[in-house]
Order: sequence, then structure tokens, then C-alpha cells
Amino acid sequence: MKPSVAQLRELARRMRIDIVRMLHAAGSGHPGGSLSCIDLLATLFSHEIERTPRNAADPGRDRVVLSKGHAVPALYACLARAGVIEREELWSLRRLGSRLQGHPDVARLPAVEASTGSLGQGMSIAQGMALAGKMARPGFRVFCLVGDGETQEGQMWECAMSAPKFGLSNLTVILDANGGQIDGFTKDVMNIEPIADKMRAFGWRVLEIDGHDFPAILSALDQARAGAAAAGGAPTYILARTVKGQGVSFMAGDYTWHGKAPDTAQAVRALEELGADQGEIAAVKATKPQKG
Amino acid sequence: MPKATRQSFGEALAALGEKEERIVVLDADLSCSTKSELFAKKFPGRFFQMGIAEANMIGAAAGLALAGKVPFACSFACFLTGRFDIIRVSIAYARANVKLVGTHAGIGIGPDGVSQQGTEDLALMRALPGVTVVQPADDRETRQAVEALAAHDGPCYLRLTRQPVDDVHAEGYRFRLGALDVLRPGRDLSLLATGGTVGPALGAAKMLAARGIEAEVINVHTIKPLDVDALARSVSKTGRVVTVEDHTVIGGMGGAVAEALGERHPAPLKRLGLLNVFGESGASDALYEKYGLDAPGIARSVGAWLRP
Ligand SMILES: Cc1ncc(C[n+]2csc(CCOP(=O)(O)OP(=O)(O)O)c2C)c(N)n1
Repeated sequence: MKPSVAQLRELARRMRIDIVRMLHAAGSGHPGGSLSCIDLLATLFSHEIERTPRNAADPGRDRVVLSKGHAVPALYACLARAGVIEREELWSLRRLGSRLQGHPDVARLPAVEASTGSLGQGMSIAQGMALAGKMARPGFRVFCLVGDGETQEGQMWECAMSAPKFGLSNLTVILDANGGQIDGFTKDVMNIEPIADKMRAFGWRVLEIDGHDFPAILSALDQARAGAAAAGGAPTYILARTVKGQGVSFMAGDYTWHGKAPDTAQAVRALEELGADQGEIAAVKATKPQKG
Repeated sequence: MPKATRQSFGEALAALGEKEERIVVLDADLSCSTKSELFAKKFPGRFFQMGIAEANMIGAAAGLALAGKVPFACSFACFLTGRFDIIRVSIAYARANVKLVGTHAGIGIGPDGVSQQGTEDLALMRALPGVTVVQPADDRETRQAVEALAAHDGPCYLRLTRQPVDDVHAEGYRFRLGALDVLRPGRDLSLLATGGTVGPALGAAKMLAARGIEAEVINVHTIKPLDVDALARSVSKTGRVVTVEDHTVIGGMGGAVAEALGERHPAPLKRLGLLNVFGESGASDALYEKYGLDAPGIARSVGAWLRP
């Protein structure tokens, strides 16, 4: 049963709680870009992909590649909700010996599909998978989440050229356009706009949406699916306008929350804003964050 | 006071900018981590924010150098040296006077994990003809190394730590590019370390001394060109060598030492570092402990090797 919009909203709220708790326990990591993409990832994992990565050995499964690998807490939250990993395992993020590495490690945890964390590489990997998906009978689809800062990497533009050439209609790239990166706002660090025009000029089907508006996300994914079914079509590029740190008032829109974990007081405040129950809040208070 | 060598670098570069007007600085969206932001704030007109585009940054640095500037191009060690072919042709082959600065060396960066840990960069940069490779051990040394590399005419690679490191040099220390730096004399083995492992190596030497083993601790701040004469002198006294580095043992400082001694002065040798593996996520200290790069770990490995 596909979830309703109300259910998606609730799911994403719970995943935001997971993200805050994971980062607090880890004592380091990337809240801004995890919170900006969670509505997109939650919808992908719970609504769109045909087979969850539960069975990573299933060669026909749809794949999700997180190219902006530093947002991996969002991916782990999705994998926990999909039953691939236990929720309790989430709190081992970034600890010695954990499968939940600071950036996705496909050798340790196959469900993450690719090892990323060096920005700019995931889109090409997704393209390779999509090429294999086109050769498979039945075929499968590939989704790739990329960052707007990440889009400054030259390799992304090489892939922007090649994916349309190969007619990869089974490939959907989603841009988490949250407008921030490490050293500042993306428009100041190195502007990528007008990104929709650029991708269209490269031959992609471009859809522009509000990345926190679930009906809009669902509608864009519907169009991508319809495109995938059409023969010889173009790959789809969903330009999702998002807010970095969305859902936590003191992080929202502030790029300085790119790569630092909330301390206990901040985590409690964030959880209260997200409507977490007393049990979750008590668990945070009882947790000693790892030191970097 | 323990201090990260990237911080010392940032401060030194900002100060040097006053004296040397040809210095320009490039960064790829990590200026607040590499500490090039300190230069950027002081000399905004001589700082170029390239965005997350290391290949383009390195190429631009080559062009700036060929046009007479002294560019410092900064990023994490792994992302910078990952653009190897560009460094090889645009910089090394051209003998372009670019200073490549790779911070976040090794597993010492901790929880971010493998994709951000530079653990093969020394091997890569060492392989390039004419590239000077330097990894300072503390604040004093870093400041002087930055000046020395700026003054040196030719491509350089400077490798720096994210984590704070203890002072290993007293006031009055003079850094000499290309020389070995003997920190503690000893007769039983030459214990060579570089960067983040120099402090732990000194700690290990104390532990070994308590067991009657006198290690000669040498800080290999210049990995290329390696001071082979001084190395041979130490080894002809001690008869054996242990190298310790926060880097793969393949092709790094230990590799350089093994190559040089193999031809010049063969001696029993043990390399400590990442033993043909990647690192992982974890607290910085916990990783040094797990991979045997902390003082007790080094002392244990040396002891076991000398007296199996
Ligand atoms: C090749 C590479 N260069 C630099 C980094 C360091 N880094 C990690 S995240 C980040 C900013 C990413 O910005 P963006 O893609 O917009 O991510 P988001 O804002 O969505 O988190 C940078 C520069 C990296 N991981 N990989």
C-alpha cells in the first residue's frame, strides 16, 4: 500500500527525529543537507521505488544512489524505516566498527548501493547502473540525489552530457537545491544557475518543484515514471528547491549548520520542535556524544 | 599547546601575504576547514573561491604560477591529490611553481571516514618528478615550512593535520627544508615518523626507554627529497629502522625510506601505518589506538619486532 500525503509527512517528521538523534550521538556530521533532502528521500523509499533495497541481492531492484554522501543520516533513516537496518543501529553512526560509516560504504552496507562522500561521483555511478538497467530484462530504474554545491564538480557535467546520449529514461536525478554549502551560499561560492536551463540544454527532461511539498514531489515522480516507460526518452532531472536544515528553526537556511552536530541542549530543542515524545527526548539526554 | 597544523598554516599564510605579494590562494569550498579563510579575510583580492571543483582549481593554480604568481591551492589531501593527472601534467611536468596544500591527512581526521581521509596522497605526490613533499610535525615547524615552501621555486605538496598535535620542537627550532630532524638520539633503532605520528613516536620512545630500548626518533618533515645521507648515518649507528605514518605503508614515507635504504644501506626495516587497508569512521584517538599509531601501539609493535 502506497502511503498517503499525510502519512508521508508523518514519516518524514519521524525521520527528522532520527537524523537529529543520530547526529547528536555521533557528535559530528551534517544536519543541514540531511534535513533538506529527507522529504525527497522518504517519498522515494516509501512510495516510489518498486522493490526496497531490503534484498540487495535482487538484481532487478530499483536503486537509489546518494551522491551527496555527507547526507547519509537521511539515507540510514530511510533504510531503518524500510526494515533494512534496526532503528537501534542508527545510534552507532560514525562509531568505531559501525556499518553506519560517516559517508556511505557499500562494501560494509550493500543497501547504500554506492560508496560516496567525494562529491561529484555518484551521478556517474547511477548512470552506469542505469545503463545496466537498460540491458536487463525486466529493466530497473535508478535514482540519484545530488547537491547544488556538488553540481560545481566537473564530473557532473560530463555525466550531464552522456546520460541523454544513452537515452537513459530510467535515470532520475534529483537536485537538492538548498542554496547553501560549506563556505557560504551557493550563489556566492560558485553560482550554478540557471540550472534548469542548463540541464534542458544538455537534453534532460527538467521538472522544477518545491522539495518539501509532498504532492509536488509525488507528481514529479509520476512524470519521471511515465518518462521511463516511454521508449528512447530522456533522463529526468528534478530540480527540488529546498531549505537547508528544514524542520529545525535554528538550523533552517543557515549554512553554518552544514557540518556540525547539535549538542545535547540543541538536540533537545530540535526534538521538541519536531514533536518528539518524552521517551525520545529522555534518550537524547541520556546519550553521551562521541567526541571527534 | 596542542594545535592543528592546518591552523598554523592558515595563520602563517595570512602573515606571509604581507611580505610576499606574489602569493595568491585558491580553495574549493573548504576554506573554513583548510584555514585558508584567514588569508581570504585579509587579502580578499588575492583569494579565489573556486567552489567544489578541485580539478579546475588546480588548473587555475598552474596558470597563475606560469604567469608569475605563487599560488597556494588548498583542499583536503584526498580531494586534491585525487586529481592526479592534472597535477601531473599541468603542474609537475610544467614545473609550475604551485604550492598544493592537502589538509585532513590520514585517519586522524576521525569520524568522517574513508572518503575524507587522505591516506595515499604522499605516495601519489612522491611519484611525481620535481615535486617537493613536506609534512610538518607541529606549530613551530609548520610556520617555517610555509615560508620555506613559498620561497622555494618549484611545485610543492604540503600535508597537514585536522587534529591538534603536540609541540615537539622548543623555541629556537630552525626548520631546514630537505634535512632530517633528529628529535631524540638513540642507539638501538632509528624510529622515523612524520606529521601526526611524530608526537606518538616520541611517546613510544619513552616507553621503550623504560624497557632498555633506546630509539633514535627522527622527524621526517621532508619526505621528498629525502635526506638519504643523514638516514644512512643514523642507521649505520642503530642497525635497524621503524617508520610510522598516518598513511598507507605503500609508497609513503616508509616506502621512501625502504627504497633509499634498500639501495644505499640495507637494514632490517619495519613499516607502521595503514597496512594495505582503508581507514574507517571513529573518534580520532580511537582510530590511532586501533591502527597502532598511538604511543603504546608503536611501542608494542617495536618491542614485538625487536624481541619476538
Ligand atoms: C570532492 C569533494 N570536495 C569537497 C568535499 C567537502 N565537502 C563536503 S560537503 C561539501 C558541501 C556540499 O554542498 P552541497 O552539495 O550543496 O550539499 P548540501 O548543501 O546539500 O549538504 C563539501 C565542499 C567533498 N566531500 N568532496
